[in-house]
Amino acid sequence: MHKLLNDAPGEKIMLLGNEAIARGAIEAGVAFAATYPGTPSSEISLNLFQMSQESDLYFEYSTNEKVALEVAAAAANSGLRTFCMMKHVGLNVAADPLMTLAYVGVTAGMVILTADDPAMFSSQNEQDNRYYAKFGNLPMLEPSSVPEAKEMIKYAFDLSEEIKQPVLLRTTTRINHSNAFVTFGDIKPRNTEGRFERDPHRCVTVPAVSRGLHVKLLEKMDKAKEICEDSEFNLLEGSGKFGIVANGVSFHYAEDAVKDLGIEDKASIFRLGFSNPMPEKQIKDFLSGCEKVLVIEEGEPFMEEAFKAFAQEEGITIPINGKSETLFSKLYEYDPAMVREKMAGYFGIDYTPTEKLPTDNVPEIPIRPPNLCSGCSHRATFYEVQKAAKGMDIVCPTDIGCYTLGFLPPLSTGDFVICMGSSVSSSCGFGQATDQKVISFIGDSTFFHSGITGLVNAVFNNHNFTLVILENDITAMTGHQPHPGVDMDRFGLDGYGRVNIENIVRALGVEHISIVKPFKVKKSIKTIKEALEYKGVSVIISQEPCALYAKSLKLLKPRAFKVSDKCVDHKDCITSIACPSFYLEDGKVNIDANTCVGCAVCAQICPENAITPLKK
Amino acid sequence: METTRLIMVAVGGQGNLLASKVLGEAALISGVPVRMSEIHGMAQRGGVVESAIVFGDATSSIISDNEADILLGFEPAETLRALNRCSKNTKVITNTATLPPFTVSIGMGVYPDVEKTKELLTEKCASLVAFDAMKLAKEAGSPMSVNIVLLGALVQSGSLGFTKENVIEAIKRRTKQSFLDKNLKAFELGFEAAQNYSS
Repeated sequence: MHKLLNDAPGEKIMLLGNEAIARGAIEAGVAFAATYPGTPSSEISLNLFQMSQESDLYFEYSTNEKVALEVAAAAANSGLRTFCMMKHVGLNVAADPLMTLAYVGVTAGMVILTADDPAMFSSQNEQDNRYYAKFGNLPMLEPSSVPEAKEMIKYAFDLSEEIKQPVLLRTTTRINHSNAFVTFGDIKPRNTEGRFERDPHRCVTVPAVSRGLHVKLLEKMDKAKEICEDSEFNLLEGSGKFGIVANGVSFHYAEDAVKDLGIEDKASIFRLGFSNPMPEKQIKDFLSGCEKVLVIEEGEPFMEEAFKAFAQEEGITIPINGKSETLFSKLYEYDPAMVREKMAGYFGIDYTPTEKLPTDNVPEIPIRPPNLCSGCSHRATFYEVQKAAKGMDIVCPTDIGCYTLGFLPPLSTGDFVICMGSSVSSSCGFGQATDQKVISFIGDSTFFHSGITGLVNAVFNNHNFTLVILENDITAMTGHQPHPGVDMDRFGLDGYGRVNIENIVRALGVEHISIVKPFKVKKSIKTIKEALEYKGVSVIISQEPCALYAKSLKLLKPRAFKVSDKCVDHKDCITSIACPSFYLEDGKVNIDANTCVGCAVCAQICPENAITPLKK
Repeated sequence: METTRLIMVAVGGQGNLLASKVLGEAALISGVPVRMSEIHGMAQRGGVVESAIVFGDATSSIISDNEADILLGFEPAETLRALNRCSKNTKVITNTATLPPFTVSIGMGVYPDVEKTKELLTEKCASLVAFDAMKLAKEAGSPMSVNIVLLGALVQSGSLGFTKENVIEAIKRRTKQSFLDKNLKAFELGFEAAQNYSS
């Protein structure tokens, strides 16, 4: 049995934040879940996917976040408790349904989780999604710890059901990817039998209906505000005159800092956990008891501006500060020492930070950027495209996935990326705006997510570029989730369809389509060259399963290669493809037999044919 | 309860996330509060993987620069890179088996000399235990158990206040049954290596 389905209330277990959230949803009786995977939220969906295989929970990987939210919206309007989770930028994709689903509301509890990523550990930006709650008029909850995340999601379902409105649960990476002890609670029985009751004056958002719905939405938010005033998730610790306002993980940094600085009797900490709408009365009471207030929140001054506005209304003129050159930044994530130091400075407390170690005699350490894996087919494709495009003035829009790493040297393939799917649409623009040859790259999962519409645009507007679809049969970067092109038999699961990428591309009207097997280097280069010469839209589908995934399925039996004594040390292998299995020993190239999977790409590019299979 | 802050640095694929899980389980068995933070996603593709583990009463789950009480390094250059996490009071334990980054092979930088690395760590930090954990992992029967060898050395240092028995129980609960014998041997070899270590 899946460990998160264990019906053992009271049992204490170490869980990852994302596991705790998935468990919380199970305890709340969630019946329906939909997502598109994205770090740092991915393990929530992975666990729900696994649990759906051994329970009556319905779970699906949808093609993108907009689709997931619409699928989920229907379930939540059919009386099923529904959970929809995504990374912060995923909510941009889902923003269209989000804004109007807020008007329509739900008939059963619905929680939408946004996993924000301050410091951008694995994202293209660090936008602060708390504004979505304000923007869309949605109640929002923000946990400060792993165990609290589990309790909060349970409450979020109840709250949603009470006011018939989806509730936003906002986490940050340090919640999703922290581990802590969590105590199991009771599992509420799931209601999986949905029924939709027609209600066109609520559910069909023509202007005449929506005008009325907006009024109701504001009424719902008034109700949420009343509930928020008494919420146990807004905490007040201490009664000192030094006011500290914090949310999320910053709350614990503040708690530790108050203790470390020994100002427990001087400080009071207000932790906003139910953060939209805000508990106006509680906040005004808090401010009236403070001499000075410090607001600690990663990202934008969401609370700071609201607290300043509340103070203005009450005629409270104490200093309220958060973001400033001398205090906190909008950039990146905070940490305990930073909070301790800023707090000490702001309230005038003596504090000496821990001394830094002198590093003047420490040699520079070579950087270790992430790299495509040994035997990754993307490496071969990038190499071949560069060979085929030799002499051309090229622009290479790329997209979001492992293959974004192709922009690093020596492959140096990847010039422009802004969001999922942008490779294809930006290629339309580059092809039109410049005389350069445009060659773009998109993974299979990303193609399904939002590449197809761009390709339709390219065919209709007669654009000129070559799109390389990197079909590796899985959503690799986020941890091997399926996508619509995946053979679900490999997961041992039946009852799924399968969408063929080549058929889609053909049906869209692309006239030049070629398939390459990237581990056949010469043949691939020749095929790619032909595609690059085509005027108009050409598509190359590069097919080879993700090496990591293939290894885990035992589809790939590694057979390592070695560098024989024919090697005369050109180092072409290392300097052109930089596979992590290469290492230098006394200046000579060697191959690590433990990590080499035997793709043989290096063997095909070695001018001396010095790389050969390692015979066992 | 006093707070102990442990930073573990490794290269993606060396198994430091599993090592964190074992330590978390050991803390659960020992009744020690613990919070841990780790980084997943793009960073795992052969980059540096760092776990922060805070034992005791502090409520934060990350560790600021210069504030690690213990640094456990799975790879010597990464241990040296993590010096900014240390103070003069930090105890350092490191594997000496190298995994040079690909940037070295393509000429972007020089891999730091291991003996020099050891000297620097000894000079700057409170103590150093440095040994070839890869060699011991192979001796235990699997190069994959480098993480467990290093856990053995960490537990021997006594800094966490866990008994050896509790950590062994945690290994039994948290690692694959098929690897259990090798892991238990790896743990013992790491423990002994730290015991016999003299700089």
